[in-house]
Amino acid sequence: MKLKLKIWRQKDPHSRGKFVNYRLNDISADSSFLEMLDVLNEELISKGEEPVVYDHDCREGICGACGLYINGRPHGPDSLITVCQLHMRKFKNGDTIVIEPWRARAFPVIRDLMVDRDAFDKLIQEGGYVSVNTGSAPDANSIPVKKVYADLSMDAAACIGCGACVAACKNASAMLFVGAKVSHLTLLPQGKVESNERVRDMVAKMDELGFGNCTNTGACEAECPKGIKLTNIARLNREYYRATF
Amino acid sequence: MSGIIISSLGKKLLMSLAGIFLITFLLLHMGINLLVIIFEDPMVYNKAAHFMSSNILIKIFEIILFGGLLLHVIFALILQIQNWLARPKRYNKANYSNTSFFSKFMIHTAVITLTFLVIHFLDFYIKAKFGHAAEIIVDGVAYHDLASEIMDKFKMLPFVIFYIAAFIFLGFHLIHGFQSAFKTLGLDNKKYTPVIQVLAIIYSTVVVAGYSIIPLIIYFL
Ligand code: HEM
Ligand code: SF4
Ligand code: FES
Repeated sequence: MKLKLKIWRQKDPHSRGKFVNYRLNDISADSSFLEMLDVLNEELISKGEEPVVYDHDCREGICGACGLYINGRPHGPDSLITVCQLHMRKFKNGDTIVIEPWRARAFPVIRDLMVDRDAFDKLIQEGGYVSVNTGSAPDANSIPVKKVYADLSMDAAACIGCGACVAACKNASAMLFVGAKVSHLTLLPQGKVESNERVRDMVAKMDELGFGNCTNTGACEAECPKGIKLTNIARLNREYYRATF
Repeated sequence: MSGIIISSLGKKLLMSLAGIFLITFLLLHMGINLLVIIFEDPMVYNKAAHFMSSNILIKIFEIILFGGLLLHVIFALILQIQNWLARPKRYNKANYSNTSFFSKFMIHTAVITLTFLVIHFLDFYIKAKFGHAAEIIVDGVAYHDLASEIMDKFKMLPFVIFYIAAFIFLGFHLIHGFQSAFKTLGLDNKKYTPVIQVLAIIYSTVVVAGYSIIPLIIYFL
């Protein structure tokens, strides 16, 4: 495949950054998107230029590290996958591919396509956990959980914290991520105990970090690689009202 | 409790409640206006309008209505500005995600609606209240002849076009607004959401058609 790439290059958080065009002439349709970028980077290195910086780790869709905004969509032109699971056969020979970093005030660019997602860690620190006393692990199944709740909780727990929801949202809102975390924990008896503080603290933090507000547009759900449902946002709303009034 | 004004979710809650209140009001207002074209006798509408402006309960309702509208508008603007600030650097190629179409243009349809409302108030409401409208005296009670006022207005083509265009944009606002409000209130599940989505379309169509038919009939008949 022959491709034209238009990639965002930015030296550091403070520089302005700009798009740079590249051409690749011999890319296999079976290679993955990140392999394609690796080929580009090797060419750049052999020419003595700086390679394009981007985040990645597991390359099997489970860690949430990768995240590129490709041709107007987070994680590129396919649904329910991360960039590392995207293959070049989704593109056509001669295509121009525009690659941008996640854009949000809460996710500043560190370099090129890599952004700082500390904001998500700060949200988790506000209550995305269950407090336990250390000691030996309790017996499994010692607390019965209804199947419906276990299922809903597991679905929400599939969130890998990639940030595509924020990147996709026209308001750069983190409601789907926070909705997933709150749902995941609050639906279980272990997480229920701290549910009021959790939801209050996480929402306050979310506002403080400069994420936008939800308008129920649904871009997050459409782009989430793990299929996290919009219903988690409605649950977040309910939990928040319950904890506040 | 103070969180309700400070937090994003609290603002959205109030905004959606005000939105639902406005949605109900639109139906009521439409029902009364339709009297103008349903009945030959302009006094039917004039009496209804007179009742609306003299009843104490309605007066209270009116205050809540204006408060609600103001609250909806102010919070909408605050939230919208925060939303713009949340993405200081825009994408070069954006918004190819598969999302509900009208939700992307809420602020645009909102600004058009707001402009319409301001003009509409100057046009009818102020006149009705402090009015220059002619008076008709029936059984010793003086009624403003608002029905004739409406008739005169909608004999003018620019008014007809402007009003109908505004209704259509309001309809776009409502297609998304109606269902969004329920999600904001926390109601979103497999069973009810599809029903709400259908209701949103029916409601928006009825409102646009119901309001638009008034100038159309007056102009053409
Ligand atoms: C009769 C007039 C109006 C009605 C019935 C109405 C109704 C609604 C409803 C039900 C919502 C959804 C609320 C939510 O999800 O929380 C909404 C959202 C919104 N409204 Fe209105 N509205 C009206 C006029 C206006 C005006 C004049 C503005 C002017 C600024 C405005 C601005 C907005 C904005 C920015 C949104 C947020 C978009 C979103 O949540 O997706 N609305 N409206
Ligand atoms: S909700 Fe989905 S899109 Fe958002 S961070 Fe989690 S996995 Fe990524
Ligand atoms: S690199 Fe781990 S999810 Fe893509």
